[in-house]
Amino acid sequence: MEPLLVHPDPPVPELAQALDLAGYPWKAVADELGASRLEPEGGWGGAVLVVAEEAEAAWALARALRKRDVPVEPLLLLVAGTHLGDLQLRDELFDDFCLHPFHPRELEARLRHLLWRAGGRSAPDVVAYGPLEMNLETYQATIDGRPVDLTYMEYELLKFLAQHPGRVFTRETLLSRVWGYEYYGGARTVDVHIRRLRAKLGEEHAGLITTVRSVGYRFGTSRWG
Amino acid sequence: MEPQKQYVLRTVEERGVRLIRLWFPDVLGQLKSFAISPAELETAFDEGMHFDGSAIDGFSRIQESDVLARPDPNTFELLPWGERDETSARMFCDIENLDGTPFEGDPRQVLKRNLRKARERGFTFYVAPEMEFFYFAEGSGTASPRPLDTGSYFDLTTADVASDLRKRTIHTLEAMGIPVEYSFHEDSPSQHEIDLRYTDALTMADNVMTFRLVVREIAMERGFYATFMPKPLPHVQGSGMHTHMSLFEGDTNAFYDPADEYRLSKIAKGFIAGLLQHAPELTAITNQLVNSYKRLIIGTEAPAHVSWARNNRSALLRVPITKKGKESSVRVEYRAPDPACNPYLAFSVMLAAGMKGIEAGYELPSETNVNVFELTAAERAAEGLHELPASLAEALDSMEGSELMAEALGEHIFEWFLRNKREEWADYRAQVTPFELERYLPTW
Repeated sequence: MEPLLVHPDPPVPELAQALDLAGYPWKAVADELGASRLEPEGGWGGAVLVVAEEAEAAWALARALRKRDVPVEPLLLLVAGTHLGDLQLRDELFDDFCLHPFHPRELEARLRHLLWRAGGRSAPDVVAYGPLEMNLETYQATIDGRPVDLTYMEYELLKFLAQHPGRVFTRETLLSRVWGYEYYGGARTVDVHIRRLRAKLGEEHAGLITTVRSVGYRFGTSRWG
Repeated sequence: MEPQKQYVLRTVEERGVRLIRLWFPDVLGQLKSFAISPAELETAFDEGMHFDGSAIDGFSRIQESDVLARPDPNTFELLPWGERDETSARMFCDIENLDGTPFEGDPRQVLKRNLRKARERGFTFYVAPEMEFFYFAEGSGTASPRPLDTGSYFDLTTADVASDLRKRTIHTLEAMGIPVEYSFHEDSPSQHEIDLRYTDALTMADNVMTFRLVVREIAMERGFYATFMPKPLPHVQGSGMHTHMSLFEGDTNAFYDPADEYRLSKIAKGFIAGLLQHAPELTAITNQLVNSYKRLIIGTEAPAHVSWARNNRSALLRVPITKKGKESSVRVEYRAPDPACNPYLAFSVMLAAGMKGIEAGYELPSETNVNVFELTAAERAAEGLHELPASLAEALDSMEGSELMAEALGEHIFEWFLRNKREEWADYRAQVTPFELERYLPTW
């Protein structure tokens, strides 16, 4: 699995030890910048943040991780007793918490459960954006819960775009990343498939894919604004 | 297994598809279909499905009549009609001989072969047809057809049945991944046009087949009848399938040259010249019915002479004026075809004629700026304007002498088509029409 993000850096020694013993790979980061710089290729496998002395920084990081286009999940907090009040009105920022100092067995059990839930339910099996949901395991796409029937290439193109919302891709990039080889027909192929996708998404949702003049295409908007 | 096939298998499972319809066109462009169950799908992909080709027009040979239908997973689409618990899907098939070679009688393979030839020269062939058709109250073939409205060109007929039909049709097409560019009420009563957005020629030929089925299905659902017969009503415009074409070299429109007065490249000019030069030979394919030639007459908007122009709707071939900065949309519009053609063969012969013009370096004749229909026969001759074949028989004569057509279609289809169509013409000639009875019976 991909490493877990651990905060603060350097990590609380008991946490490092507990994760090592339980066999979870991890990397400690100091802040949001470190979280993106050290991010593994396949994204973070989850995050464990300690809300104690550096509570402010921990919450800031939790918020940043959740605001991403693809939020970091699951997010487990280790909360000092004096900071339990912080949890109020921050429900959206974490998936579960343990009282800190924690019991290693409890940490392990909670992590295992969170990872099981995340793996069974979402990433990397489902790509969701607004009304669109794509199940990567069953190759099915739905919009507003209604199935959209795609051909294989339409599906691959939509998947690629939806996995990178807000990013503008040139036709050449899409061609090489989605078709993956010197596809005969050139970049016009991309235009044709984008039109077909828009047609299938229906008038109401055709705007999910916007044309960026003389550059290429963008799916949705970045949650970074 | 290829991911495309994997994708199809998984979708069939997930969506509870009960039947997979395997589609293929016959030589005349009629859609043929047989259904298999999901259990047979993997075999169909791996080995192809056996069927007796002699059961189907054009696919008949006395010896080895068994052929294989091999579904193309890229064409997998769910069919958005039918019973809720009878979800079905379709795939177009290539037809192969038992030894795995392409079957010569398969129009899809003919188009693929012609596209491959163009590709060897670095070209992709894009097409966008304008599909015209009529809605009628019924389509028995015996009574004269009854239009659903009396609307005319671009009329916005409120709340009428036909515009509702058209709307539903477009919706269905889009759901099947066939984007529509425009749609409107055409000139004649109950006549409609739906323009499809350009795509590569093979996909478009598949789309035209699907289109004709969708238009008919939707009309039938409501108890009406849609027809692509080229000229169902006398005295009004018939239905055409004006076809816009362009060649691309990678991402560059090979038809475009900013330095040229017409903004047409040498390639475009050769292509146009080739189409014009060989137009009479390919007309039997683009206009394959006896009835087709009742549309191609002087005085309607359909072309009857071989000419080209930028802005002249009486021309056979038009170069639409494109907006500045829109070099990718520089294209030619060939106005003879009608929607009852076999799109695979029609696209094949138009491409072959154009490519021939490029390869042989044909000279582009001068543009015809006069309204061809207002000229006398002598003036037309002076302008060097040749006529398109005036009947199926003339068209077949032209085709029969054409090396280019034999090569583009392949000997098998070339011969079969001529034989089949000569028979059709003979049947027609044996008829005594109402025209003759009305005109001659009382007086002679």
